[in-house]
Amino acid sequence: MSNEKGRFGIHGGQYIPETLMNAVIELEEAYNRFKEDPGFNRELTGLFNEYAGRPSRLYFAEKMTKDLGGAKIYLKREDLNHTGSHKINNVLGQALLAKKMGKTRLIAETGAGQHGVATATAAALMGMECVVFMGEEDTKRQALNVYRMRLLGAEVIPVKSGTATLKDAVSEAMREWTSRISDTHYCLGSVMGPHPFPTIVRDFQAVISREIKQQMMEKEGRLPDAVIACVGGGSNAMGSFYNFIKDESVALIGCEAAGRGIDGFETAATINTGRLGIFHGMKSYFCQDEYGQIAPVYSISAGLDYPGIGPEHAWLHDTGRAQYVPVTDDEAVEAFEYLSRTEGIIPAIESAHAVAHARKIAASMDKDKIIVITISGRGDKDCAAIARYRGEEINE
Amino acid sequence: MSRIAEAFKNKKAFIPFITCGDPDLETTKAAVHAMVENGADMIELGIPFSDPTAEGPVIQGANVRALSGGVTTDKVFDMVRDLRKDISIPLLFMTYANVVYSYGAEKFISLCKETGIDGLILPDVPFEEKEEFSGLCDKYDVALVSFIAPTSENRIAMIAREAKGFIYVVSSLGVTGVRSEIKTDLGSIVKLIRENTDVPCAIGFGISTPEQAAKMSSVADGVIIGSAIIRLLEKYGMEAPKYIGEYVKSIKDAI
Repeated sequence: MSNEKGRFGIHGGQYIPETLMNAVIELEEAYNRFKEDPGFNRELTGLFNEYAGRPSRLYFAEKMTKDLGGAKIYLKREDLNHTGSHKINNVLGQALLAKKMGKTRLIAETGAGQHGVATATAAALMGMECVVFMGEEDTKRQALNVYRMRLLGAEVIPVKSGTATLKDAVSEAMREWTSRISDTHYCLGSVMGPHPFPTIVRDFQAVISREIKQQMMEKEGRLPDAVIACVGGGSNAMGSFYNFIKDESVALIGCEAAGRGIDGFETAATINTGRLGIFHGMKSYFCQDEYGQIAPVYSISAGLDYPGIGPEHAWLHDTGRAQYVPVTDDEAVEAFEYLSRTEGIIPAIESAHAVAHARKIAASMDKDKIIVITISGRGDKDCAAIARYRGEEINE
Repeated sequence: MSRIAEAFKNKKAFIPFITCGDPDLETTKAAVHAMVENGADMIELGIPFSDPTAEGPVIQGANVRALSGGVTTDKVFDMVRDLRKDISIPLLFMTYANVVYSYGAEKFISLCKETGIDGLILPDVPFEEKEEFSGLCDKYDVALVSFIAPTSENRIAMIAREAKGFIYVVSSLGVTGVRSEIKTDLGSIVKLIRENTDVPCAIGFGISTPEQAAKMSSVADGVIIGSAIIRLLEKYGMEAPKYIGEYVKSIKDAI
């Protein structure tokens, strides 16, 4: 879908300091060399299956289906992967690639901590050094994940600049990469940043839609009518959508974090409230003010609390191939509780945004229609925060 | 001959940097005047950005102070109009791609021409992405400055051949900020640049002392200093222009 310079329509590109240009060129060359390499792919598939526990289940949510009384609902259980989210797919791919490139050190940004934990895990597995940048605000919201990363041998650096959240962690990781390139790979966690990251991350996450397609054919003998996933930077959504882009009958729906609502400033719904801009290496949509200053976005979900969106999503929005809908904190928290009670599955608060939208549309769809919701991660990490949201203080 | 080319003629150019509006635009104006009076050959005016990814902590701090003081791109243009009443040395803008893009690149660059800005420095626009801005810069006779870094290697010739104004040679890996030592072999980088263009080279990133400035100016055509000046603003606030003037003189005397 992307041309040589990593463009998706007008989006994408490589808006980074000259200091990093040879690093991204080297990465692109290495990726192009290894992506078709049978040995590399055999090794990666081995890690996916034996270590991460793939393929992940495509589970028929019968109770939820009956309760909503409309379309059949399937859950793609990325929460069952090792480390508890889809992030491991991309991280195993990038860590293996980095290792083949002779890199000995991984750096990463993290919001909720899922990508940081996945990166620390891969680094431990492959014997690499690991440094994770995390907004100071997020280190407080996700203290347990900070502990997990340190337990796995990673160094966690709290980022105090800006809003001390995910965007600042990305900025700090980019700054770190500029100062130490030769032995270090920046393991970017989403389908964003400068080319070739949006393409590399999408390709490693595309295993999600590859599996959904195959599992759906086995279970139902046909394609689903809609695939729904949450979108921050957009990696689990891109992975869930990718192999369906050419199947026009499949509606692709990304759920953005609307925070306290898209009419106010406390939101992170980029497509719904942002406009075109250039930031973090890419041209895409960003929440920003009239002078192009990046907005201090807000969402209950630390993983969706990002002012931009990956360039391929921006392009899927421009072409109308995918639809991006806002889901508020309230709706996500209700869905978090709903899926826990109805199916006995506690989803990540990020994934709960997708569940919330499915609840809105399933009832009005015919019973022979099929919806797949990607449960991108598990919700254990969110329990304390949701309890707090409901006015209850619990000790982790 | 352009104002930028004049500034490098028969001498080593000293190019101080300041973030506009830190802590307010009156202080910036006073600091610019102090720089000119003490021998600055050209000045880099930073338009603050919320997320300056190429900056170290010192200049990040200046961006935060300036934005919380309410500076906008329009107010910076007004300040430049005011400065141009009595300042004739080249003035360049240093900012991030989104500040220009979001304002409307053509509107921004044509206003540069109109208000008397000679060049534009965008650290997040590398050679591969420059067309989007360089066409407009050519149209309005504003020099889009190119960067060459210690990691540029095989890219140096390509970048140098299309360079305008001057080439910003990045002294070290990493972001802006004061460094005790600069280890990059800048002599051979500059030599390679000179084989490909007559556009002058100025070295920036990490320079703070007169000794460092002297050493850097011996291998290049000019030196750029930012963080050391911002530190004076950090320390003295609205009283900083006097100290900035003294500092600029100490560097200018050394090169």
